[in-house]
Amino acid sequence: MTEEREINSASFYQFLAEKKLMASRCKKCQVLYLPPHPICAKCHGNDMEWVEMKGNGKLAAFTAIAVGPSCTLEEGYDRNNPYLVGVVELEEGPKVSGRIRGLDPKKPENIKVGTPLTVEFLEQGEGKRCFVAFKAR
Amino acid sequence: MRRRAPKLGRGVALVGAGMSKFGAFADKSSRDLFVEAFNTMAHSVDKGIDTKDIEALYVGNFSSDLFEGQGHIAPIMADWVGLVPRPATRIEDACAASGVAIREGVIAIASGLYDIVLVSGVEKMTNLPTERVTDTLAAASDAIYEASCGFTFPALYAAMATAYMAKYGAGVEHFMKVGIKNHNNGALNPKAQFNKSIKDLMNSRIEKAKQKGEPVPGWRDELDFLNDPKANPVVAWPMRLFDCSPITDGAACLLLVAEDLARSFSNNPIYIIGTGQGSDHALHEREDLTSILAARTAAREAYDMAGVKPEDIQIAEVHDCFTIAELVAIEDLGFFEPGEAFKATEQGLTALDGAKPINTSGGLKSKGHPVGASGAGQAVEIWCQMRGEAGPRQVPGKDIRLALTHNVGATGGTCAVHIYQRR
Repeated sequence: MTEEREINSASFYQFLAEKKLMASRCKKCQVLYLPPHPICAKCHGNDMEWVEMKGNGKLAAFTAIAVGPSCTLEEGYDRNNPYLVGVVELEEGPKVSGRIRGLDPKKPENIKVGTPLTVEFLEQGEGKRCFVAFKAR
Repeated sequence: MRRRAPKLGRGVALVGAGMSKFGAFADKSSRDLFVEAFNTMAHSVDKGIDTKDIEALYVGNFSSDLFEGQGHIAPIMADWVGLVPRPATRIEDACAASGVAIREGVIAIASGLYDIVLVSGVEKMTNLPTERVTDTLAAASDAIYEASCGFTFPALYAAMATAYMAKYGAGVEHFMKVGIKNHNNGALNPKAQFNKSIKDLMNSRIEKAKQKGEPVPGWRDELDFLNDPKANPVVAWPMRLFDCSPITDGAACLLLVAEDLARSFSNNPIYIIGTGQGSDHALHEREDLTSILAARTAAREAYDMAGVKPEDIQIAEVHDCFTIAELVAIEDLGFFEPGEAFKATEQGLTALDGAKPINTSGGLKSKGHPVGASGAGQAVEIWCQMRGEAGPRQVPGKDIRLALTHNVGATGGTCAVHIYQRR
């Protein structure tokens, strides 16, 4: 019963673990919010519902990170082994931050804004939550 | 929504400004840097200030908690400059902390509550190793929805840079030219962390290689040097080391007084005639990834309050935490049309001797970026320039009557803009 879950980050990440990328939508204005917001910025009402995104979109901005936070050092990334993150504009309209896969982080100059992508759900290992990723289609 | 145009209840003047040297100081804590800035400020007041007349302090600081293991620093700063038991308030808006502190000081005086306040900022960042500084700065982004997938603070600006490149056709060398310009200015600023031009840095490395008998690098010019991944490694493409402001220790202090008291402290006071502040979503929720709504909002409020237009502003200190940030800033402030800032920079319009000098101090890039102190540090430069006291980096041939500071928190979640006038 998806609609019974509270509109908050815990629910968002629960959905993600179930391989669902979910946005919130104002029942009155139909505006979509991703990350899911509990209050509509347009009408200021809080009658919101969950909506599943198809997960298809295009790259709006990106970067290849050579100097990452300590958690990515644990993943094995460093100056010689960069990783990609980006902002992806979904077909439904909202944009979302995520890890980008299937493109070469060592050749960022060849990556094009506008590249079509589809969502993936990255597991970080036991006890850690899944996070949003996208793969080149 | 707003019922009336924003205006100050009474006028506010800047009558003293000073900063510590910016840099990496292993044996100085926040309070030591603060005392240095405070003494410099007190010394700058033309007719002197009996510091016990200061009624309240506003201290901008991002994260002494994580950088130094010291929370609740405002009363400590008050204590170390002898101002206990006056009210001391810490303001945290990431890298806009002390820009917002200026605004809070202005509001406190304009409201009539106080006549004399100290506005300041301080940050001590170099105790931590780089990866822990990266973690700490990333805490200024959205921890739940941005940092979780591996976004860092430089990475968010790098992403803005790729959007800017795709939208307007700018290249990586356009970013480098912002850094070259700001280092040229910083080379003339004795308080700057890197008071060397990129050319000087390049030449000193060549000299060092010669002395050590190592192969001499064959860089043709600054751009060639900056394109060398060994000399200028990528942090988050397209942002390289020389596109990023450094990790810095520093403090800055400003003395604000009610306008009617200005002449009793100063022969040449600087009036703060406009203040603006705005907020914005996390990067991924913005309609346009190449512009910051908080900055446009803050600028509009400040311009309206001051009754001036972007073209009236003669010089500005803007928040160049990354080279792309300066390009976005000078477009958001209305100095250049969207997509024109990189061309204007290339043409030299923003250089010290250009039509619109930007970051005459060297900017955060070269002067250094002690995050919570940067906003107040910008006002110190405006103070020096407007009073003709900027020494070798004094803007040539301009009688500066109107200037602006633009201070951004994180990727633009906060922006504070102030407009300064010399009468």
